[in-house]
Amino acid sequence: MNTSPRGADTQRPFIIKDIFPMSVENLTFVSEGKEILRGITFHLDSNGRTFIVGPNGAGKSFLLRLCHGLLQPTEGKIVWANDSSNWPRNQQAMVFQQPMMLRRSVLANIQYALSVRGVHGSEQRQRARSVIENTGLSQLAHKNARMLSIGEQQRLALARAWVVRPRILFLDEPTAHLDPSATRMLEEIIVRITESDTKIIMSSHDMSQVRRLSDDVLFLHLGRLMEHVPTKQFFSQPQTREGQMFIAGDLLW
Amino acid sequence: MNEVAFPFASSLRLIIELDSNLIEIVLLSLRVSLSALLIGAVVGFPIGALVGTSQFPGRTLVIAIANALMGLPPVVAGLLVYMLLSRAGPLGQYGILYTPTAMVIAQSLLILPIIVALTDQTISDLHDQYQDQLESLGANRVRIIFTLLWDARFSLLTALLAGFGRASAEVGAVIIVGGNINHATRLMTTTIALETKKGNLDLALGLGLVLIAIIIAINGLAIFLRRIAKNTGGY
Repeated sequence: MNTSPRGADTQRPFIIKDIFPMSVENLTFVSEGKEILRGITFHLDSNGRTFIVGPNGAGKSFLLRLCHGLLQPTEGKIVWANDSSNWPRNQQAMVFQQPMMLRRSVLANIQYALSVRGVHGSEQRQRARSVIENTGLSQLAHKNARMLSIGEQQRLALARAWVVRPRILFLDEPTAHLDPSATRMLEEIIVRITESDTKIIMSSHDMSQVRRLSDDVLFLHLGRLMEHVPTKQFFSQPQTREGQMFIAGDLLW
Repeated sequence: MNEVAFPFASSLRLIIELDSNLIEIVLLSLRVSLSALLIGAVVGFPIGALVGTSQFPGRTLVIAIANALMGLPPVVAGLLVYMLLSRAGPLGQYGILYTPTAMVIAQSLLILPIIVALTDQTISDLHDQYQDQLESLGANRVRIIFTLLWDARFSLLTALLAGFGRASAEVGAVIIVGGNINHATRLMTTTIALETKKGNLDLALGLGLVLIAIIIAINGLAIFLRRIAKNTGGY
């Protein structure tokens, strides 16, 4: 039992009010004189998996980083729960395309994330153990994280994000470098994370993955949001000419 | 017995018999260089890490200066510390000149740029890889710096060894600020210089052998550490 005050205030849902809806309003991002995103506006509620799709250079990674707060928008803003003074950093997590493994064991990588979020002692041990089991990393717990295969590293990155119990999790093409079986394992974990009350926003180039996993789709093209529709509708009747071409594989840039 | 073989044999005897004079000099040398290394590390790692994780105007200048100072001639470092510590100097009142402390200060000055420059290089490379993820996890600045220092530990150990090698092998700085006083400020390098001049080759050569052994051990350790680092996945 953890009675320390630092442990107590990390018990998520009861004290802190929900961060949804998430409202992205007129988001524009300019980097080194180049306009990367322009006038992006959409709203998301707390459920399901939203996928960001679009050709290379559409601005998918930038949009994820802006939403997560790693980048500051040039114009526009992101508002959580209709309260612009609120930036729920502690309720977010992100997994990157290239997993960054700390130079320590698998278990220690997970404990590090908990420790940064102020979770210590027996609660830390218990949560680390359970996430390791839930991501199939038990056999690897004491291995050096940098010696894992890329698929295992990405699973660890996902475990490290999941263990902090984010309300929203950003995934930047996490399966881009993985083989089919590693991709499947990662997808299964992603589905389970959603079941544990975490909203997922993910970018992907893999259209069959988008069909399998996503509930709605944000279609970006050349830094603009072309469509935000349910996945079924996006694939059956895309609203824009770019959307039709993208699905047909004809949209080159 | 010929003229070269004779001092060689007797110098080996000095080492094997743990000659008290030789041991005293070796221990003082190690004490001075390790103290200087400690100061260099305590001051140099945080400065290097701060510079390596910051973006500020003049950053390039700081790095250029640190790199230039890596090649600072020990004699010049000695001269600067001498002027600082001599009776007429700003710190003259403390009477530190011609003590082991003065030699520690001089050697620290030689070690510091090496540690700052190598730490900055290592940490800024690592920072580029780690920045997004650490910020995403919610780590604050202090935590980021300590995480980077810890993850760069093998490279930083190499920096320490380089610093120690430079300090323990130099003679120019310590002979100026230490004065090479018998039983007080006589180090391996300064004794070698003096005893060679006096024709007392067996002590000079004995110390020379010890010094070479230490340098070889340090480089061996550096190679060993690099191998460990490689085998455990990383730089």
